[in-house]
Amino acid sequence: MSAVFAIMRRELRSYFVTPLAYVFLVIFLLLANGLTFYVGDFYERGLADLQPFFEFHPWLYLIFAPALTMRLWAEERKSGTLELLFTLPVTLTQAMLGKFLGAWVFVALALALTFPLWLTVNYLGNPDNGVILAGYLGSLLMAGNFIAIGCCITAITRNQVVAFILTVAVCLALVMAGLPSLHDLLAGLLFGELASAVSDLSILHHFSAISRGVLDLRDVLYFMLSTIAWLTAGVVILKLKRED
Amino acid sequence: MIEAEQLTRRYGRLTAVDDLSFRAEPGQVVGLLGPNGAGKTTVMRMISGFIAATSGTARICGHDVRREPLAAKRLLGYLPEGAPSYGELTVHEFLYFVAKVRGLQHGDMHRQVDAAVSQLDLGEVIDAPIDTLSKGFRRRVGLARAILHEPPVLMLDEPTDGLDPNQKRDVRALIDAMARKRTILISTHLLEEVHALCNRVLILARGKLLADATPAELEERSRYHGAVSFSAPGAGVARAMLERMQGVVAVEVDPLDGRVTVVPQPGADIFGEVQELLATQGLKVTEIQLERGRLEEVFRSMTSSATGLPA
Repeated sequence: MSAVFAIMRRELRSYFVTPLAYVFLVIFLLLANGLTFYVGDFYERGLADLQPFFEFHPWLYLIFAPALTMRLWAEERKSGTLELLFTLPVTLTQAMLGKFLGAWVFVALALALTFPLWLTVNYLGNPDNGVILAGYLGSLLMAGNFIAIGCCITAITRNQVVAFILTVAVCLALVMAGLPSLHDLLAGLLFGELASAVSDLSILHHFSAISRGVLDLRDVLYFMLSTIAWLTAGVVILKLKRED
Repeated sequence: MIEAEQLTRRYGRLTAVDDLSFRAEPGQVVGLLGPNGAGKTTVMRMISGFIAATSGTARICGHDVRREPLAAKRLLGYLPEGAPSYGELTVHEFLYFVAKVRGLQHGDMHRQVDAAVSQLDLGEVIDAPIDTLSKGFRRRVGLARAILHEPPVLMLDEPTDGLDPNQKRDVRALIDAMARKRTILISTHLLEEVHALCNRVLILARGKLLADATPAELEERSRYHGAVSFSAPGAGVARAMLERMQGVVAVEVDPLDGRVTVVPQPGADIFGEVQELLATQGLKVTEIQLERGRLEEVFRSMTSSATGLPA
């Protein structure tokens, strides 16, 4: 376990070694807050909750998670440090987990820094803080899902730009699959059941309940299993790449 | 101990390493010698477990690198080609990162990091980011990282590449000092390094093992083994006489400095006779030497044919 934490800490250290991490945090916070107030009609709704804040998280992570994960393996492959890491006594799973946790902790930090919004809503009204906590937990779980997808895709290539674009494409597909308009379109073309199955696989579908404060066990399971599945796929890719 | 057993690695139709077997014991410094592209790095990558062998296997102190990779990697200190490291970390952070990934115990960790830092003389750059260091320092950081856990087996891919002569001497002294109890495999294309460090040489060309011998044995294969070379003003007059001498194959004169090399028939001892002849001719010999053979020539004749052992 100490190997996993050592790798996690190194990843975190790498984020903060350039000003990029701070720029990243600032942009994330500006967007998260800006969207809440200007697009989400935080004031006009007249409700003391954070639903307009959480609503935009899938779209925020769509860009931010791939930007965080694109370097994780691609950079190691390109700079040759992959050989260093893989000749240390760590398993591929430990290495993958360390990197995943590094990026996830970074997102958790970004999310934690949105606390002024929570203070604001408590100052303005009497929100259900349990619902808000559920929202934060769900958002963090969803972020883990996005990051796991990125961790898997960055293992394929040595080019960070390719990793970024591919990850955005996959994440976008997984988010879009849950849009009601797509569901209706598919229902017209296919069986209704199949259209529902597609939207059931979508990240958006599972997060929409959470953003309203309903932390359903099925949604939690979806995010956890999906995260594990993507990380496992990443480990398999690393293993296959070593063979050829 | 390192054991390689019929190691083979193919990339598509290209065979990078072909059926390579050898065994290196503690106390040996084995030099893996070959021209660029001979497969030296591929051999090391397979033994380190970084890439999988197409067929065959390798063991480190009896642990198979495929079946017990963690046990094998714990016993191995490996410096990959180019000595990669995480450039954004400082030397201190980097060494502690590796120590932690290796799971060294807390007390040992400080002692071992300190020992590696002092052995490689890294004290003055300990808090500098590795990216800001010179190539020589980066290589030393890589070496410090490789010996950090005091491994019984060391594998160094071109350890002195890019170092200046002083640094080369320091690194060689370090390897020499570590050699007694350990098994060390180094790859190189520098013949001087083989002379300076290795007590055994594996010559590799196009993925095939061409020779496994001590440097002295290799020198014996040279046509210059037992040759006499000397410098003497006006040596040209003696040339014809030397050529007619019993047991002499050829007389070569260096066009630059006029140094004469008398090449004997294999096994012939001509040193005394050459000396006598020079004395009777009244030549003032400024310097004379009995050659042990030229590794460079052996290396070239072996690796340029690359189909098998030269005659």
